[in-house]
Amino acid sequence: MSDLNLRELNATEFPIPAELQDNVAITSLNKIYNWSRRSSIWPMLFGLACCAIEMIATAAARYDTARFGMEVMRASPRQSDLMIVSGTVTKKMIVPIVRLYNQMPEPKYVLAMGACASGGGPFKEGYNVVSGIDQYVPVDIYVPGCPPTPQALLNGLIALQHKIDGQSLANLNDVPWYGVGPSDPVPIPILGPDIIDPRQMELIREKAAASAAGLPFGTREVSQEVLALAGGTPKVAVAKMEAKATVKVVEDEAVHAERLARRMEALARKRALVNQ
Amino acid sequence: MTDQAIAPAHNETLDIGQSIEYLKQRFPEAVKDDTRQGYSGIVVARDQLVEVAQAIRDDLGFDYLSSATGVDYLGVEDSMEMVYHSYRTTGGPALVFKAQTERENARIPSLIDVWPGADFQEREAFDLYGIRFPGHPNLKRILLWDGFNGHPMRKDWHEAYYESDLKPFDSRWPKGYARRAEELNMFGKNVAYPDDLDLSKLNDTTEASLYSGMGLGVDVSNLSGPGELRTDRLVVNLGPHHPSTHGVFRMVVTLNGETIDSLEPVMGYLHRNHEKIGERNTWNMNMPYTDRLDYISSMGNNHGYALAVEKLMALGARYTPPTYRAEVIRVLMVELTRIVNHMWAIGFLLNDLGAFFTPALYAIAEREKILDFFEATAGSRLMCNYMRFGGVYKDIPERIHSTAVLLNDKVRDFNTLEYLTELISERLPRAVDELDRFLTDSEIIRARTIGVGILPREMAIGYSAAGPLLRASGVPYDVRRADPYSIYPELDFDVAVRYNGDIYDRYLIRIDEMRESLRILRQILPRLERTKGESFFAGNKAVYAPRVPLGEAYGRVENPKGELGYYTVSQGDPKGPQNPWRYHVRAPSFINLTPLGQMAKGSKVADVVAILGSIDIVLGETDR
Repeated sequence: MSDLNLRELNATEFPIPAELQDNVAITSLNKIYNWSRRSSIWPMLFGLACCAIEMIATAAARYDTARFGMEVMRASPRQSDLMIVSGTVTKKMIVPIVRLYNQMPEPKYVLAMGACASGGGPFKEGYNVVSGIDQYVPVDIYVPGCPPTPQALLNGLIALQHKIDGQSLANLNDVPWYGVGPSDPVPIPILGPDIIDPRQMELIREKAAASAAGLPFGTREVSQEVLALAGGTPKVAVAKMEAKATVKVVEDEAVHAERLARRMEALARKRALVNQ
Repeated sequence: MTDQAIAPAHNETLDIGQSIEYLKQRFPEAVKDDTRQGYSGIVVARDQLVEVAQAIRDDLGFDYLSSATGVDYLGVEDSMEMVYHSYRTTGGPALVFKAQTERENARIPSLIDVWPGADFQEREAFDLYGIRFPGHPNLKRILLWDGFNGHPMRKDWHEAYYESDLKPFDSRWPKGYARRAEELNMFGKNVAYPDDLDLSKLNDTTEASLYSGMGLGVDVSNLSGPGELRTDRLVVNLGPHHPSTHGVFRMVVTLNGETIDSLEPVMGYLHRNHEKIGERNTWNMNMPYTDRLDYISSMGNNHGYALAVEKLMALGARYTPPTYRAEVIRVLMVELTRIVNHMWAIGFLLNDLGAFFTPALYAIAEREKILDFFEATAGSRLMCNYMRFGGVYKDIPERIHSTAVLLNDKVRDFNTLEYLTELISERLPRAVDELDRFLTDSEIIRARTIGVGILPREMAIGYSAAGPLLRASGVPYDVRRADPYSIYPELDFDVAVRYNGDIYDRYLIRIDEMRESLRILRQILPRLERTKGESFFAGNKAVYAPRVPLGEAYGRVENPKGELGYYTVSQGDPKGPQNPWRYHVRAPSFINLTPLGQMAKGSKVADVVAILGSIDIVLGETDR
């Protein structure tokens, strides 16, 4: 929908003379802003695996994402709005991916293309595979399929356009970037003996301490133990474990306070603007 | 006893049995027959492995090391071994030799001095099996990162989501409750840390180890002679996120001015544990996974795997080979795939040369036509999962009217044979001619590619290069002719070969090969018509759980990117559930990257991208 349909854009009760209706539209800032943004989503030129081939096929002549203003694939994250995670995310690759995501300017969106990017897919059990990109960066659209056909990807991109249409400039709690300035970067995972999410550092430290005290350190042992504690019903066991595995952001107190202050300040500024 | 005393006049023409006899005479202590049930070849004592390998290469003429891979026989023999498949570039079957080592402190001498092509394969065996190769100059992890916990392909190594040794697993929704692996994991992720994890000592040395030995921070005055411009070395990192690396490949390049001093390929960014998963799957379950190896030519991957397992099954008593129609359909699919792949490769080579996306758009448009046929036949555009042991999954349809096409164009509905005939005799030849006409004589392409990235003949063989890369260097080696399979012997086609070994020749050879493929396809069409209605499957019904007897098999096909081999070992219980004991993929993209550093040395930084494009890699296969 890259053509400018003025009648569709016209969203106010102000009457426009009939002869001007094709030339003038009175609309809200929200609408025109979102309309221009959703009509020029530039994806990052970033292929991971098999899905990338279908992504390229989608951009090519037959399916042609240029119809949606998306044909400009940028190789630099600094110039792109959308990261299409097209393929299996491995532990080795998640480090650059998070870095690329952090480098993208806001507003930014992530589309998880295919089974692997959404949840690990056929390779989920592999030792080097991340069970879905959403464990590290927030995802806006999931496109199922292995690989998704170009039509499915197009459908996902259109869904993203609808999502953008619905975002409000005025509602501060809607999306982070319209409210209070840049959001915090995602901490970059560390390649240790296995991939380490810095947000889970506290939990890992706890487990390491427990291990030093002679308790089993690991995964399946613990799950068995919790399973026994929970009386054998998996539902309860999982609930207990989820409580344990809650993500904790480990952060320096001072840095945290500073960031909070900055955020509050920006929020106040924005509020003042809105209230004027 | 001297060599001459034993050696007959023409060692290079000895067949496999005679070759083994010759080796046994020459190395009576070191060489033994592999007497295990279903195995072939010889077992070489590892302290004489290098000498034997040298004799195999020099005296017997097996100059091409196709595959070298580790196998862990925990619980069977409690040893590990390296399996080598060597071939003659003049054609013929393989001489298989093996070297065994104990599992603890595993060591096997490196064959890198005999066949430089063993480089990456030995590094892979070290990475995944922990076998050390004394004599290897750069033995470090290749697919995983430095500091990874353990060697994952060992049979006693279990990953975070480990459930049981063999598939099929238990129900994922026992009593209606869906159970996801990450919910059962302590950390909610696919991670498992060793017991002695010390977070204070955590330091990620992966990057640092990459840049060590690059000669950074050197004394500028030593770099070039007097009178020359004195420049410092500069490291440029291309990838893993780089538009020209065809995926998530990475090259760390040291530059002296504009010229490349050294190039270190870094891979593993798409290492998705194909082999580990493959050894847990049943035989049939692996078929869809093979699609995802070289994801541009999934039909070719299917074919290789089907051949390997059929070879194994043929060792048993009850085996019927694929029917003629099945073979015809297979060749049809594989040759169409070759055209798809070469279209794609040429389009993206031009991308890398700077003609951004226009040639690729033309190439992809033709590709879509072929994919329509694949979709109508196999049900999927890209991941066809089409072949089965003993045939194909289903016959080609009467008419092509796939839903994908319907969405675009509601009137499209073709008779399949008419569609194929039009495609093969008109549309595709026209497309190939068009590419040829517009690109071959283009001044820019000639200036950028002629004489760039040269791979001499000897080096190509030594480095185990395969496919167009090998044939563009003047070696007329094509598995379809050298070690024929399927119905290729009765088909009339030439092995395309070019002699300069530069990027331009690698481009030309793809054009040539597309023409040869069309020639094959034109011979396939009447066969397809003639066999219409015949069974496309061996036996009277499709076999979904084949009985695979004990043994080993190496099935290889000429995939568009080169020789694709599957080394499979069956050690399963003949009555119980059957899974591959070893499932190794000899990936042409992976091994073709071995000479990349040598080819790029001395060329300009802009040429590296074109050299890589001319090798035509695909990361699904490189990293597996």
